[in-house]
Amino acid sequence: MVAYIVRRLLLLIPVLLVVGVVVFTLMHLTPGDPASVMLGRDATPEQKEALRERLGLNEPVPVQFVNWFGSALRLDFGDSLFLGMPVTEALRERAEPTVLLALYALTLSLVIAIPAGVIAAVRANSPIDRLLMVVSISGVAIPSFFFGILLILLFAVVLGWLPSGGYVNIRDDPGEHFRYMLLPTLTLGFAAAGLLARLVRSTMLDVLNEDYVRTAYSKGLAERRVVVAHALRNALIPVLTLIGISFAGMLGGAVVIEQVFNIPGMGRLLVNSVVRRDIPVVQGAVMTVAAIEVLIMLLVDILYVFVDPRIRYGAE
Amino acid sequence: MALSEALGTTGRVSPASRGRWRLSSITPASSYYWVRLLLENPAVVASLLLLLAILLTALFAPAIAPFDPGFVNPADRLDPPSAAHWFGTDDLGRDVFSRVVYGARISLLVGVTVTIGATVIGSLIGLIAGYYPRADTPLMRIMDGLEAFPSILLALTIMATLGPAVENVIVALSVVYTPNIARLVRGTTLMNRQQTYVESARAIGMRDFPILRRYIFANSLSPLIVQCTFVVAFAILTEASLSFLGAGVPPDIPTWGSIVSSGQPRLQQAWWISVFAGTFLFVTVLATNLIGDGLRDALDPRSRRR
Repeated sequence: MVAYIVRRLLLLIPVLLVVGVVVFTLMHLTPGDPASVMLGRDATPEQKEALRERLGLNEPVPVQFVNWFGSALRLDFGDSLFLGMPVTEALRERAEPTVLLALYALTLSLVIAIPAGVIAAVRANSPIDRLLMVVSISGVAIPSFFFGILLILLFAVVLGWLPSGGYVNIRDDPGEHFRYMLLPTLTLGFAAAGLLARLVRSTMLDVLNEDYVRTAYSKGLAERRVVVAHALRNALIPVLTLIGISFAGMLGGAVVIEQVFNIPGMGRLLVNSVVRRDIPVVQGAVMTVAAIEVLIMLLVDILYVFVDPRIRYGAE
Repeated sequence: MALSEALGTTGRVSPASRGRWRLSSITPASSYYWVRLLLENPAVVASLLLLLAILLTALFAPAIAPFDPGFVNPADRLDPPSAAHWFGTDDLGRDVFSRVVYGARISLLVGVTVTIGATVIGSLIGLIAGYYPRADTPLMRIMDGLEAFPSILLALTIMATLGPAVENVIVALSVVYTPNIARLVRGTTLMNRQQTYVESARAIGMRDFPILRRYIFANSLSPLIVQCTFVVAFAILTEASLSFLGAGVPPDIPTWGSIVSSGQPRLQQAWWISVFAGTFLFVTVLATNLIGDGLRDALDPRSRRR
């Protein structure tokens, strides 16, 4: 098990290297000279040259990459061109709303999707199954920003119950915090719930056809107990993978949702930085999210062992 | 046989084609049986008709749109839907219906070209990785690297480099969805490579390229077609998200994403700007997904049981 984890951690290095090469190359193809951007129009050529030297922009590109990737592994992405602070600092400041949003949305999607998928599978092809599947395929197909806008229209503009956007820190006022986060959470959670519910339904259908489920029924167990104790536990294994994918997808989805609801998170920082071409911030944000995604995938693989006792890594 | 006859009598038969060509005459033994299964699925037929309507709208946009989509008329600012302006007007007095009609062009163009691009490159990579073990690890590690980004993030990063333009959106999204196709084709290639017909083709001295084309790629087509349908839907959604964020197509070209975005600050006074464009987007993606589901059910005998 330990050997397996170590091997998987080592395998992260080539993936992160590819991610780093992609991010670095793309940013280097970007037209424009960071030194001119940072110093503004009035800078003399000598000042620009001095800054280029200081930033290491006069080194050969492969050397620049090695320097940059080396620092990136130590979580040092340099300084933002516009914010006047290190990228890591800027990211840390804005990580909280994004991570909380993703966590809330993940929780919500599980709370909706698992019961919905189980009910749909147990009552397969009934009207309630069809209704649940129509809702879930809509969840997948509706663009999150449009769903968010519909929610704003209903709950903020028409009913006036909830704010249409903004953010309150959880430490300042937990009640207000949740009031502000409710619509973004619903928006982000609904899309993920659609995918998850479909997967729960199809794996449950497979499991419900297994011999051990028939055995459980025939020895007289109540349906609830068969479904929850025998079927659901086995059906959750493939679902776990999708939860990992969903969480990572939510970090991406948060980019859009934060724009819709005006939440000062990493996503908004990233979009603003793309628009004003603040390259170190884009590099840092993208690298961070990619690294988190890869780590979550690893975590999911390790969790398998606990969910499914049949899986033994590194036992060969 | 009795079952297929029973199905045959209830099949959809249009009076015009009586006795000559009917869907129900395709028996389960036919290799086109999936077409019958597909067209007997009402959700798929409805979705196909809807997409056809949107395709025609996009093709004939200049004839359908009553106004120039960029025509600014300060006298008609924020007019609600009316006989003259079916979907109302926006804050510059532009006709929202005309803008939505033109927006269909970008969504469909991006959806189709991105899918073609990702499928061509992804299939090549998948075939090579699956057939030549030595190429497998390097190619698939690159694909892993690309997939480590959430798709919208990779698209944003590429757009930051290339700058806003329709062609750049197409390039960016093709890169984003290539690993998706490559992984699928690699999987089917690995499976087909083990088959006896590939071994015998190799034994009689067939070259790699004809083997790949005739025996391996041809046998990957059904899952590939299903996946392509979903890539069309993903690409349309991601393009709309990019445009919504202001990082996609330049602002002077109307797209569904940018129309929704331009309506957001005006939700209080003018709900119609965002709602109509968003609904078109939603319905298009939904129809594409339903066709994908229908294709999967029709092409994959294992999923038919459900």
